[in-house]
Amino acid sequence: MEIHEILFWFLTVMALGCGLGVILSRNPISSVLFLIATFFAISGHYILMNAQFLAIVNIIVYAGAIMVLFLFVIMLMNLNADTEPQKNRLIQFAGVLSGGILFLVILAALRTTTSNAADFTSTDIGLMKNLGKVLFTQYVLPFEISSVLFLSAMIGAIVIGKKE
Amino acid sequence: MPIQYYLFLSMALFCIGIMGTLMRRNAIIIFMCIELMLNAVNLLLVAFSKMYADPSAQIFVFFIMVVAAAEVAVGLAIIVMMYRKVHSVDINILNRLKH
Repeated sequence: MEIHEILFWFLTVMALGCGLGVILSRNPISSVLFLIATFFAISGHYILMNAQFLAIVNIIVYAGAIMVLFLFVIMLMNLNADTEPQKNRLIQFAGVLSGGILFLVILAALRTTTSNAADFTSTDIGLMKNLGKVLFTQYVLPFEISSVLFLSAMIGAIVIGKKE
Repeated sequence: MPIQYYLFLSMALFCIGIMGTLMRRNAIIIFMCIELMLNAVNLLLVAFSKMYADPSAQIFVFFIMVVAAAEVAVGLAIIVMMYRKVHSVDINILNRLKH
């Protein structure tokens, strides 16, 4: 096995294991930390696919901003394992069963997909220069609209969150 | 790496997110599981973008991240407001829309 495959399997196991840790750990704080580890594994996958801009943005936006927001809210509410409400066993089992059945259905549907691994060669479209060129020529209107979306989300969060 | 590996990996992550959404009662954990599902879709989009050598998919991933950030800000504000009113984030208590 070459280094590329070893890294792929390591990051895959890390992403799946930490993803399971998110839903299985009792303490919400450790759930958040597991989710941050999952995001780092996904960023590693982006780097393996030579999408370096998205890897950096994933770390900055998700692990840096969104998860810190989650941590703030959890610590503000002082949640821990003792106050954590639990569903009863039957509903938990039904949730796992339906998720697993969905996994099996998609697996059966996509099992016979043919791989064109020849197309899966190294490209440099994920570099910042190429993405920036596309973003500011072809997709410049959605980009500006998303800034308005951000502004409205910011004002909405302040209006919702302030004490009346 | 063949595209199927990325397909199955993001499928598994998506199903883990669905299981968490159905299993847990803490509203914040459910929110985090939704983020996990969004990330699984992002991973698959980047894999397809590399397969077809098309930068549009990576721009879409960028916009998904933007929308997720806005969604998290508003959603967490709603959860904080609900916590202030009922002193709980248990979704079995937050079911007033049902009645």
